[in-house]
Parts: sequence; structure tokens; C-alpha cells
Amino acid sequence: MGSPMKVRAQMKGDFADIKILMSHPMETGQRKDPKTNQPFPALFIQQFSVEVGGKVVVQAETGTAISTNPVFGFKVKGAKAGDKVVVKWQDNKGDSRTDEATIA
Amino acid sequence: MKQALALSAVAVIALVAASAPVLAQAPAAKPAPAAAKKAAKPVAAPVEEKDAATLEFEKFRAKMIEEGNPAELFEAQGEEMWKSSRGPKKVSLATSCDLGLGVGVVKGAYVQMPRYFADAGKVMDAERRIVWCMVEKQGFKEADLHAKPFGSGTYTPDQTSLVTYVAANSKDMKFAVPLKDPHVKDVYEIGKETVAYRAGPYDFSCNTCHGADGKRIRMQQLPNISTQKGAATAVLGWPGYRMTGNVMLTSQWRMNDCFRQQRFPEPKYASDTVTALLTYMTANANGTTYTGPGIKR
Amino acid sequence: MDTLRRTVLKGASASGVLATALAAGLLKPTQVLASEWNKAAFEAKDTPAAMKAVGAATTAESKDLKLTAPDIAENGAVVPIDISSGIPNTISIAVFVDKNPSPLTAAFNFANGAMADASLRIKMGQTSIVRAVAKTADGKFYTASKEVKVTAGGCGG
Repeated sequence: MGSPMKVRAQMKGDFADIKILMSHPMETGQRKDPKTNQPFPALFIQQFSVEVGGKVVVQAETGTAISTNPVFGFKVKGAKAGDKVVVKWQDNKGDSRTDEATIA
Repeated sequence: MKQALALSAVAVIALVAASAPVLAQAPAAKPAPAAAKKAAKPVAAPVEEKDAATLEFEKFRAKMIEEGNPAELFEAQGEEMWKSSRGPKKVSLATSCDLGLGVGVVKGAYVQMPRYFADAGKVMDAERRIVWCMVEKQGFKEADLHAKPFGSGTYTPDQTSLVTYVAANSKDMKFAVPLKDPHVKDVYEIGKETVAYRAGPYDFSCNTCHGADGKRIRMQQLPNISTQKGAATAVLGWPGYRMTGNVMLTSQWRMNDCFRQQRFPEPKYASDTVTALLTYMTANANGTTYTGPGIKR
Repeated sequence: MDTLRRTVLKGASASGVLATALAAGLLKPTQVLASEWNKAAFEAKDTPAAMKAVGAATTAESKDLKLTAPDIAENGAVVPIDISSGIPNTISIAVFVDKNPSPLTAAFNFANGAMADASLRIKMGQTSIVRAVAKTADGKFYTASKEVKVTAGGCGG
């Protein structure tokens, strides 16, 4: 199970502003270990989904060019304070992580 | 005259592997515009004109912190460590460690350090005090904590996460190093002398880079830590998540790295000298607001 | 259900079919994440090939597609990008960095109230044009781009 994410969601006028901070090395597979001169194996989030109030609102595919410890932001209309936001990611090695937050 | 010429000259197209920027020669001290040339007094902070790139970087950092600073991930780890029973004595720092405001009190503690701790008989900065608590209260071996005290891409020392947690609990509070305490004042004066002390093969002192307005190294403007404004710029953002290497680093690390860049011998981790330097610059920033763990180049 | 399964397997960046299923509220996260990652698109070595792999054969520049990025990135490892599409019925957005070894960085599908708005942080190997590509429900593609300078930093502050 992956490391915990931070999910924050706040109503801003008529939309929910969602900010996600994921904990993940997003290793490209190019970077070499200075000690062994061998590349660190590629380890990166490939997909994630964002659910609000039980419906998938964002489906994403990501590659190695996403920064380490990724941060994403989305805006969702029709959401309201109290709705649950659930984020789930999955990486190229099959590891995954789910975290949630309530819209403030 | 704007720094435009300096800017275009240094806007190098290719990204140089900048994990360990090498200071190969004396820093190019570009003369600051005439408007900024004012006598530096700690109270009346001179106008340090910032060029377009610096302003953009500051805006960028503020946005990054607001939207999601990876430092928060380390803060969360630090909180868990602070509250858990750990070490051979199986005690939590939350129930045993006094950061100056009472046992277990974290709120507001970071901005009031360095301070004098009677039980240790020393003035200590936050990281040094946390390490002291880990050793004295939890039974960890000091040698172990000193062995690999700084983070890397694959490793984060416990004390780094703890410092991040403690520092986060002083967010939006004003720096208030207790200079009225004679112990702290003494150490401050040592720090003031230390920053002027020239050594190493380049005959640098801290002041060579940080003792006057208008200095820069490539894209980074160097704060003048003898002024309140410059000192604030220097201490704000630490501990900080460094984008180069994606690693969480503290001001103890920053001092160590400055020594390395001056080609000085490595300072002893959590030593009196490092505390003295941190006392000097943090106290100079007294009255300014700490914005919490930051994000660094 | 077979058609759904087949379309789900294609993934976000393969075609808009997943987006349709998404919009119909038919998909659960597990199904969404079981869909194929578009390897061809993410491993394409130049922007034209990557764009073709996500189905964007022809594109038109649009001023209603707003791409916000710094003029100069303080560090190429973390470059914040904000994209906001004012083009009606935008269902997905993809982001490319021309000079990266593999230009496609991410692709997002929006549904069920999500605005065609995304912020992300990308790695850039060198100064390059960053491109946003928006797809609308009728299968058309629009682009916006900006050059972001990546510098050698200075001191370790």
C-alpha cells in the first residue's frame, strides 16, 4: 500500500476546489545510482481517479515526467460541502493508494 | 538600471545538473541599482530591489506552498514520530520533550529558538534540541543520530521530519529569539563574529556572500543577513523541501552546505558554531513572520 | 457490458470512448484504473507522434484554452502548469513538453461536473515549448502553448 496522500477540498463559489498531494518517487528509470552506476528502476504513478459524491469526475493517466511527490488540482461543479472526495492512484508496479477528504 | 543584462546573461538554456551547485569562483557581485545603496541598519531595513526573476520565483514558491508543498508529507511523518513512544526508553517526545514552552508544547516553539535550555546548559536551535531530547529522553545514541543527519533522495533522518513538524506549528507566528537572555545574547555575538571570520582557500566569510545588499549567484539573489529583511529572507522557508533531489532539508543542513561551498572543513553537526550562526541570523529576523516549512530550489 | 469493458480497456488517452462511459456515470474507480495505460503515447519520442497516439491528428490553436506556466522555471524538476479550457464541451486535456525525451506528461478525462481545468507539476529537461491539447465531445482537438525557460540555478537557498 502506497504512502498517504493529502487531499484537500473546499467550496469556492459554485465549484469545489480539490488539491491533491501524493507521496511517490516518480522514478523515471533514467536516473543512475551514483554508487552502482545502475539506473534506479522506473517507479511511477500511471493512473489515478478522483471521485466526488460517489461519481468518478476525473480519470487521469500520467507518465514519468510528472514531478516527484505529485500535486494536482481540479475543480468540480455540482459538488457541495460535506460531499466525500476519494482519490485512488496506481503505479507501474501495481502498488496503489486511496485517500479521501470531505469538501469543506 | 535594471538587472536585465545580468538576467539574460545567466538565463542558461540547458538545465545543468544542479544537485550540488559548485561555487567555482568568487560570486559575481553585481552592483545593486543606486536606489538600493542605503546604509544597512538592523532596524531600518534598506530597500533591496528585486529583479523580475526573483519576484517571479517568490510568487511561484508562494503558489506552490499554497497549493501543495511536499514538505507537508514530512510534517505528517514528524507528527507521528513526535507522538509515538520510540527509542530504547520507549517514550514519546510529546510527553517528555520541552522545546522551551513546556513539555510537549510545540505551538510557537520553533520561532522562539534558538534559546537557552537550563537542563542542557546550552543555547540550542530547534534541530539540536530535538536531537538532545531524542538522546536524553528516548535513549537514542547521539553517535547514531549524528552519523547521517541530512536527507537524501532515498533517506530522511528522523530529526528532519520532527523539525518539519515542529516548524509547521509556528506557521504565521513572529520570530522571537529571546535576545534579552544573556546566554542567548552571548551566543548571538559569537555568531556575529563567526559570519565575519574569513578562512578556507578562497578566504571567504559568510559575509562575502551574505554581508551586503545586491549580491547574487546566477539566478539566486543572496540575502544580506545583517539586516532584518535579509535575515528574514534567509531563515524563511527552512526547513524546506528542496526541488533539486526532492529532499526535505533543515537549516542545520544549510549551514553545512554553506561551509562546503566556501571550501571550509565540515562543521560539526548540531555544534555550538552552527547554533551561533543560526542564533545570529534568526534573531536578526525577530519581528518578521515565519510562513512555515518552505520550498527551495 | 462487453463493449463497455472493451472501451474501458482503451484508457483515457486512447480515445474519447472512455470519456463517454465516464460521463454516463457507468464506471467505478476499479474499472477506471483497470484500463490500459497508453504506453504508445507515453513512450512516443516526439510531440507529433505522441499527439497522434492520443488521437489528436489535427489540431487548431484556440485562445479559449488557457495555459499558465512560469516564464522561467526555478527548477526544471518541478514546473507548475495550470490549464483552463473555456471551449464548450471540453472532455479531456493532455499536456506535452516538446523537448522532453517522451513529450506526453499526462492526460485527464473530465466528467460528472468536473470543469475542464487541471493543475499539475511537471519535469522539464531543458527550455521547451509546453503544449496543452483539449478535446471536445465532438471529437475536435484544440491547442495552446507556451515556452518555459529552464535555467541553471544559483546557490542552494
